[in-house]
Amino acid sequence: MIEINNLQAGVEGRNILKGINLTVNAGEVHAIMGPNGSGKSTLAQVLAGRDGYDISSGSVSYNGKDLLELSPEERVREGFFLAFQYPIEIPGVNTTYFLRTAVNAVRVHHGKEELDAVGFLKLMREKIALLELDESLLKRSVNEGFSGGEKKRAEILQMALLDPKFAVLDETDSGLDIDALKIVANGVNQLRREDNAQLVITHYQRLLDYIVPDYVHVLYDGCIVKSGPKELALELEEKGYDWITEEQAV
Amino acid sequence: MVASGQNEAVDRLLGALPVVDTEGRVRFAELGFPAQSDEDWRFTSVKPITELNFTAAEADTTVSLEGRMFSGIDGPRLVFVNGHFSKTLSAINDLPEGVEVRNLSAGKYSPLSGVSDAFGVLNAATFTDGPFISVADNVTCEIPVRVYYLSSGSEGVTANVRGHIRVGAGGQLTVLECWEGANTGYFNNSVTELHAGDNARVEHVKFQNEHAGAFHVSGLHASMSRDSRVAHHSIALGGRIARNNLRAHLNGTGIETVLNGLYLPRAGQLIDHHMVVNHAQPHCDSHEYFNGILDDDARAVFHGRIHVHKGADKTDAKQTNKNLLLSDSATIDTKPQLEIYADDVKCTHGATIGQMNAEQIFYLRARGLDEETARRLIMHAFAGEIIERIQCITAREELDRRVWGRLEETSAP
Repeated sequence: MIEINNLQAGVEGRNILKGINLTVNAGEVHAIMGPNGSGKSTLAQVLAGRDGYDISSGSVSYNGKDLLELSPEERVREGFFLAFQYPIEIPGVNTTYFLRTAVNAVRVHHGKEELDAVGFLKLMREKIALLELDESLLKRSVNEGFSGGEKKRAEILQMALLDPKFAVLDETDSGLDIDALKIVANGVNQLRREDNAQLVITHYQRLLDYIVPDYVHVLYDGCIVKSGPKELALELEEKGYDWITEEQAV
Repeated sequence: MVASGQNEAVDRLLGALPVVDTEGRVRFAELGFPAQSDEDWRFTSVKPITELNFTAAEADTTVSLEGRMFSGIDGPRLVFVNGHFSKTLSAINDLPEGVEVRNLSAGKYSPLSGVSDAFGVLNAATFTDGPFISVADNVTCEIPVRVYYLSSGSEGVTANVRGHIRVGAGGQLTVLECWEGANTGYFNNSVTELHAGDNARVEHVKFQNEHAGAFHVSGLHASMSRDSRVAHHSIALGGRIARNNLRAHLNGTGIETVLNGLYLPRAGQLIDHHMVVNHAQPHCDSHEYFNGILDDDARAVFHGRIHVHKGADKTDAKQTNKNLLLSDSATIDTKPQLEIYADDVKCTHGATIGQMNAEQIFYLRARGLDEETARRLIMHAFAGEIIERIQCITAREELDRRVWGRLEETSAP
């Protein structure tokens, strides 16, 4: 699905990612954990194609394509998806209109017919139930006045609508209470299939009780310093990140 | 004080216009055209107006209503061509009981006193005609009343029109205004009085689409009584100089008013909104929302003064002014102002000036929209934020389409 090789990237001359190596295959869920400032969000932003990052070396091969050569929208149309840590409010843009435009952009790319208002509403109803979101949110402006939990659930709704092959969830659990967390995790789990993959970035082990990963990676100072099965997350929870950082120092 | 060189312009203007009120003419001659040393006109020079070769606007029967804004709405309409009432284009039959719609000069009318600015004084002294709309107590006028101000004059052709809107206690009314003109250089100076009685509901929509080379000065003087709800929407596209003086007087308790505006000037245009909101009584809310999208070398001015008088406790007054500059040579002067003489009040104001928000564009691209579509969506949203506050659905949808069309014409940022 995706193969990241020695990815180095930074911003304003400061190196943040110092050689990431990671391979995710179809059907897998990987978790990336790490302390603040380790480069988790930078990795997500670089994969999504955010401007302002200098990629000094390395490569990202995504289903045989050079991901870094694609524009942000081309990545999405090719099945990449990033659930934002801080979803952006866009006052004045109707949520339904926005979502339909997004879904149709992807459909057109794959040579499919655009969905009309009725067809889209049908798809939306199906997906919105999954996230237990109030339909009235769809009449509002994108993310405007949404609670923190609603914003995160709306991100997963977008993911459900776009049906990506490879999704990165950037701290989707941050700030959620346990009920909202369960809803989000349940939504994500239902989207899991043999032909897609997910990369879950989180600061807290708690999320991984609900979205169970196949592999856990620890990101520290711009490098993946430890990888292991899901039990690694528990170990991290118990011992904290100091254990890793001390190991690094040695 | 009359700025030097303007006496001559004042004489020429008054010489061209009909005599309605001699005292008023003298008063205007004393005031003269406002100079930029006048704080209220600091950012807007009326010099191009003073240089016009003034002639009085005359009636014209060749103008048509074809393709005008609000055509999707049935019901009463008053049409003024060059400031003169057009009986043939107007439709004022089948009015609901308790609703009076006519031209001012067809019946009794005396202008509101207390409009003391130069253009207001000029208007009172020289106006030809205008709409008279009155709704009796506890009468709901379900159908919006439309008023068309159409201009066919060219350089220097000057019309002074005056409007009167009164909604009785418990009454309800929607008024839709449309200003359009065919040629460059004409000058419209209008004053509209709006009186909202106790508990009245009034929505006033002004679509100003004058010729981009024309001059437009207008005053809206709204006086509101206890528990009334008044919303004014100013959608301003036209004019070489378009100045809107908005004066809201909240004279009772429990009033809620919204002044909501969108201005889209482009090459060679200046659109100016100058507002004063007077809170005289406690427990009133006033909200001002003004968004502007400026292209080319366009200029815009936003001045919003909220004056909370002594005793007007529990006032909740907010104003925001947001500007999107599509070009490096566009200019905005924004000046929010609070004057508070009461103790227990909530007042906020804020202004933003910016280019396209990069975060928003990236977010949309990260959902598969190409950059151009993302930019257009955000620009449209900026306008949509204002337009969506219009309650009259048919008017809102027509305005939305028109504004969208206009934004599609703007240069790619």
